[in-house]
Amino acid sequence: MWNSPAEFFAMGGYALYVWSSFGAGALVLLLEPLVVRARFKAIVRRLKQEQLAEQFDKESSQ
Amino acid sequence: MNPVNNSSFSNNRLVNWFSLSSPSTFYPVAGKLIPIFWVLTVVFGLAGLWISFFVAPVDAVQGQGYRIIFIHVPVSWMSMFIYLVMAAWAGLGLIFNTRLSAMMAQALAPVGAWMAFLSLWTGAFWGKPMWGAWWVWDARLTSELILLFLYLGFMALQASIDNRRRADKAGAILALVGVVNVPIIYFSVKWWNTLHQGASVSLTKAPAMAQTMLWGMLLMALCLWMYSIAVGLMRVRAIILEREAHTDWVRQLSEVKS
Repeated sequence: MWNSPAEFFAMGGYALYVWSSFGAGALVLLLEPLVVRARFKAIVRRLKQEQLAEQFDKESSQ
Repeated sequence: MNPVNNSSFSNNRLVNWFSLSSPSTFYPVAGKLIPIFWVLTVVFGLAGLWISFFVAPVDAVQGQGYRIIFIHVPVSWMSMFIYLVMAAWAGLGLIFNTRLSAMMAQALAPVGAWMAFLSLWTGAFWGKPMWGAWWVWDARLTSELILLFLYLGFMALQASIDNRRRADKAGAILALVGVVNVPIIYFSVKWWNTLHQGASVSLTKAPAMAQTMLWGMLLMALCLWMYSIAVGLMRVRAIILEREAHTDWVRQLSEVKS
């Protein structure tokens, strides 16, 4: 169907429209999981710090 | 009469599905499922993209520009489907007052919003070369825009109420009222004269397109479906930790213990 990579990327003159659509899709599918992972790491870090703080609290009151 | 039989009802099963409705049992199960859904996302995605770009023939009228269909239709399907699933979880939470249901609804809203956004975005980039306009106030486009606003409204409403249970209830009511919009989107091309073309795939008629095109769209839709589950489970795990931060089981988790 495609005779050369250049022809593939040109998309028969519709390159801007086809690649903007698929590019936006790829970007969302890539960024959203990264944002969610950052949110997960942030809450785990907070919980760890809280436990650490409690430990120090206990040790210093003994 | 016989209490032994009663207890065996829920205990003698391979998987006790009722126990999964508790965040503490669901949290580790979700963690194990996430990698499976990522693998499925990649497999279906590669197969779908292969068909979209290398197997499906060029369109007689729209040339290569029609290939936008392989992302536009699947994201539009998912934007409506995720809304129904989200509303169902929200409704379950409203009726049974289960904590996890509300968290699932909250976890799905951003995925659905992104799908609705992509539907409008890819639609604009398809409309411009074919209709000559990025946007028209057509029934299909307008009702899809309302769907995006419903997602954003659901998220904003939940974020604006400090009391968690009240936020869940208010969000659930908004989500359930908004369900009326989904059939409006779906049937808009039948009910009104729109610029937007009719349904690409119908359950009642034979598909009006090449078999390979149908397969490309179905595989891309499956890829997005698996993606939505994977990212939804990831987000629900973060939400569970945020909301259950004060509980003992969260403090006992290996990833939290220092």
